Amino acid sequence: MRAFVKLHAEGDGFVPPSTNDFNLPPITESIAWLTKPVLLVFLSVILVSVFFILSSRKAAVVPSKLQFAGESIYGFVRNDLARDVIGHEFMRFVPYLFTLFTFVLTNNLFGIVPFLQFPAMSHVAFPYVLAIFSFGVFHYVGIQKHGLFKYLKEIAFMPGVPKPVYILLTPIEIATFFLVRPLTLSLRLFANMFAGHLLLLVFIMGGDYMMHDSHLIMKLFSPFSFAFGIALTFFEFMVQCLQAYIFTLLTALYIAGALADEH
Amino acid sequence: MRSFNFLSGEEPLNPLIPHTAELVVGAIAFTLLFLVLRKAVVPKFEKAFTDRAEAIEGGIERAEKAQLEAQRALVQYNEQLSSAQGEASKLREEARVQGAAILEELRTKAQDEAARITAAAHASIEAERQQAITSLRNEVGALAVELASKIVGEALDDQARQSRIVERFIEDLEKSK
Repeated sequence: MRAFVKLHAEGDGFVPPSTNDFNLPPITESIAWLTKPVLLVFLSVILVSVFFILSSRKAAVVPSKLQFAGESIYGFVRNDLARDVIGHEFMRFVPYLFTLFTFVLTNNLFGIVPFLQFPAMSHVAFPYVLAIFSFGVFHYVGIQKHGLFKYLKEIAFMPGVPKPVYILLTPIEIATFFLVRPLTLSLRLFANMFAGHLLLLVFIMGGDYMMHDSHLIMKLFSPFSFAFGIALTFFEFMVQCLQAYIFTLLTALYIAGALADEH
Repeated sequence: MRSFNFLSGEEPLNPLIPHTAELVVGAIAFTLLFLVLRKAVVPKFEKAFTDRAEAIEGGIERAEKAQLEAQRALVQYNEQLSSAQGEASKLREEARVQGAAILEELRTKAQDEAARITAAAHASIEAERQQAITSLRNEVGALAVELASKIVGEALDDQARQSRIVERFIEDLEKSK
């Protein structure tokens, strides 16, 4: 691609999107921390709060369309994620999982909402925070249920395993519970949103570049680049929903694991 | 995006290093949302779910009750119906018996009447016959005497004799029959 661009383009040549495209400047110069993703995250809090407060306000037996919409999402998290995964103690964790799902989903979807068009979760700080929360929750639940010593012992020395295996298993288990889980949880979400946004940038910016190129062949191929960008937008929608689901599902699974009698 | 091209000359930023400000903002925002949803939204939806479950269970209960009621009513109606049918057949039977009795009575009455009329007719016929016999006997006697006196030329004034002769004559008549 780059060779092709160099051969045919005039002027500056095509500059592919890079990680620097994610480093947005502050909205106003005076407040350094107030960037677009920060605004989007606050916007998501407001949107989610307003939507669910409005839809749950009446709590009618026969729901309105709005209540039905809110209830469907809530019911999905409550029944399909919390109840089915965690079991009889699930109600304690519904508020957390519900917040997690709606927060991640909204911030992901910002990536394809016109004019906003930036997935806040592509800034790694937010997935880190969420992963730290989930990490805290499932370890706290495990310690609360089994006591600190027994909980750590069950993680380090999985019962029902021949003794020599512990040489191999104990480091793996400890790494899994204290390093791999929070890291994969946050990086999976971050990388998906990051890569998805980058992919959209490549095709949209590429199409834009080709359209303004003087060469006719480039102009002719430009609509294909845009079309692919649009198709990828639908794909991104799917990925954004899926990642919100996976993040919540894995948190629920970790909580269920911590609550279980044997890991 | 073009406006950031001036950055491309710099060292590319590592996207895995979080911004401190964003960590803080993320934590605050998430906590805020968590508090709002837990306080205002989850209890409402739970209430709606509970109410709905209760409404459905209550509905089922009511339906079961109504069904039971209907069954009881059906049994009652069937009982009433069969008793009504029994009563009707009893009434019919009674009516039939009564009708037969009335008929029988009427027949007996008619027969009695007929018998009475017949008897009266017989009596009247008998009386008339007696009367006819008596008058006939007298006339025949007189005629016979007259005839005999004419033929014999003998006066038969004596009453006793006359009647003896008549008797004998009638006996002879009856014998010759």
